[in-house]
Amino acid sequence: MTDAPVMYPRKPQRIKGRSIAIIVFLSMAALFFCIPLYVLVVTSFKEMEQIREGAIFSLPARWTWEAWSYAWFDACSGLTCEGLRQGFWNSVAILGPSLVASIALSMVTGYALALWKMKWAGTFLFVLFLCAFVPFQIIMYPLIRLTVSLGIYGSMTAIVFVHTALALPVLTLIFRNFYKDIPEDIIKAAVMDSGSFWRIFIEIILPMSGNILIVVLIMQITSIWNDYLIGVTFGGLGTKPMTVHLANMVTVSTGTVSYNVNMAAALLTAIPPLVIYFVLGKFFVQGIAAGAIKG
Amino acid sequence: MPRVSFEHIVKRYGNVTVLDGLNLAVEDGDFLVLLGPSGCGKSTLLNLIAGLQDVTSGRIMIGERDVTELDPKDRGLSMVFQSYALYPTKTVEGNLRFGLSARKLPKAEVNKRVKWAADLLQLQPLMRRKPAALSGGQRQRVAIGRALVKHAEVLLFDEPLSNLDAKLRTEMRLEIKKLHDTLKPTIVYVTHDQIEAMTMATKIAVMNDGEIQQFGTPDDVYENPANLFVASFIGSPAMNLAAATLTVDGGQPLATFADGSAMSLTDAPFDNDVQPDREIMVGMRPEHFVMDATGSAAGHAAFELPVRMVERTGSDALISLDFAGEHLFVRAEPDRAVKIKSGDAVSVHYPIAKLNLFDVQTGQRL
Repeated sequence: MTDAPVMYPRKPQRIKGRSIAIIVFLSMAALFFCIPLYVLVVTSFKEMEQIREGAIFSLPARWTWEAWSYAWFDACSGLTCEGLRQGFWNSVAILGPSLVASIALSMVTGYALALWKMKWAGTFLFVLFLCAFVPFQIIMYPLIRLTVSLGIYGSMTAIVFVHTALALPVLTLIFRNFYKDIPEDIIKAAVMDSGSFWRIFIEIILPMSGNILIVVLIMQITSIWNDYLIGVTFGGLGTKPMTVHLANMVTVSTGTVSYNVNMAAALLTAIPPLVIYFVLGKFFVQGIAAGAIKG
Repeated sequence: MPRVSFEHIVKRYGNVTVLDGLNLAVEDGDFLVLLGPSGCGKSTLLNLIAGLQDVTSGRIMIGERDVTELDPKDRGLSMVFQSYALYPTKTVEGNLRFGLSARKLPKAEVNKRVKWAADLLQLQPLMRRKPAALSGGQRQRVAIGRALVKHAEVLLFDEPLSNLDAKLRTEMRLEIKKLHDTLKPTIVYVTHDQIEAMTMATKIAVMNDGEIQQFGTPDDVYENPANLFVASFIGSPAMNLAAATLTVDGGQPLATFADGSAMSLTDAPFDNDVQPDREIMVGMRPEHFVMDATGSAAGHAAFELPVRMVERTGSDALISLDFAGEHLFVRAEPDRAVKIKSGDAVSVHYPIAKLNLFDVQTGQRL
């Protein structure tokens, strides 16, 4: 039972030498990320003539969306010249099922492991723990063989399958640890009241999982959207995600390099996870801090 | 409302044996309190009836049914937890309803029962609230309501009052006792608080180290403790226990204390034959002492002892006397106690018939 948080008025603090040092350090760290981002943004709004002058920090002489629209509608990735659009929709199509499958499976498994008596639960957890540390590159080839023999290699299904499988160990551990902290008596009461695995999950556990769901959602959206290796390995023609399209566009070897289009394309690809951060960021921090105070 | 019985219950965790061949039966409609210090196995026993833990061996019967292997939800019990264990995301009403979810009841019956419990426990104004918006006492009432709506034959309570403050605890004690009087369920109630045990129970089982030390009515356990553990555990202030040697002089039993004083035990309540020359403990309840007795009275032992200190506890006062270097606590009226200062000598009488005598070696009552 969470009591209403008590807010104490903050004591006004004098700025000390130590806090100045911290502020300076943090500002430098922020600049480290902000300067490249600034270059990225201003370049994407410039015309090629201005870019060729070489002043990368200058503001655009004429602000234009041309590079953005070219990147979205017309840029060439390999042989097709339909812009990033197709990749975007591919990524969305990969993201949805991967999210639902990986989170649903790991949530129920974590719930079962944490709150129900299961044979070999300890061993299973240990194996999960080991799996969480196996790098993808090591099992890439066996996975390719597996998807080939399942007849899904080169399809969107293969990408979703691999994303889901790879996320399961870590997500299951996260959910299991979250559920382990739910007061034991609540589960005992629910077992005596209902005894139904699914009923307790849906009516009691799921409504208590809001915080951790947000955390996992952000983690998964970011990692699935930003993934390149799985997409390029398991995707076929027309099923590759946005990141692969972006890479193909940028590494074009003929003609001139259109920096403005490349920057716009990179920004377009990076926007969806950013939006998720801005929308869910507040809950994300709450979720991470919630470990100790829920229930 | 059936009887509940435990037959030869053994519970081990790995190599640790918590309960070893325990037998206990609660009659239909009894209010059984399992009383004992932390770690004595009382909560384990409760979890075993509930089915939340499995017995290593033995049998648990509820009425005529062997429930040892049944799932918790099929045992026909409900339980109230120390932490209340309300579902935090459900309203009070949702909490009550979820208690009925295992039973496939018609909607009208569910509504009827929820309303009945809400009226009984005065939960009507709280029905839309979440547990976080309730006070401790309100939460406990909801927890009890959730247990009652199931119309379970046996109610289990796991230290339900220990998270409440003293005043609420007294109120809730009365409410639970009243519920037992009106609904007459069989109740098994775990606590380490002897006042709860004494006030509510119809039967008390005093436990220590996984064994039942004594099983009986509250009066029985209080007045005739079966062994030294029960004698020292039950009662606040605790029973005075003075070491003595038992001898028989001309057919008359006699206790000789460390300071050389002797007490005739001719009228003492021996359960067994008197065997001389052994170390015993003489137990005297502080409230049985008679203050300001002079001379000698038949059937009473007389003490004249210096006062160490006087404690006022509110409705009572407790006088500590120096008896052979040990404290001897005597209950007194506060008006009387204010006139006593430490260092004074007071004379008190103790009725021999109310002595409790224990063998030091076995710890058992003589």
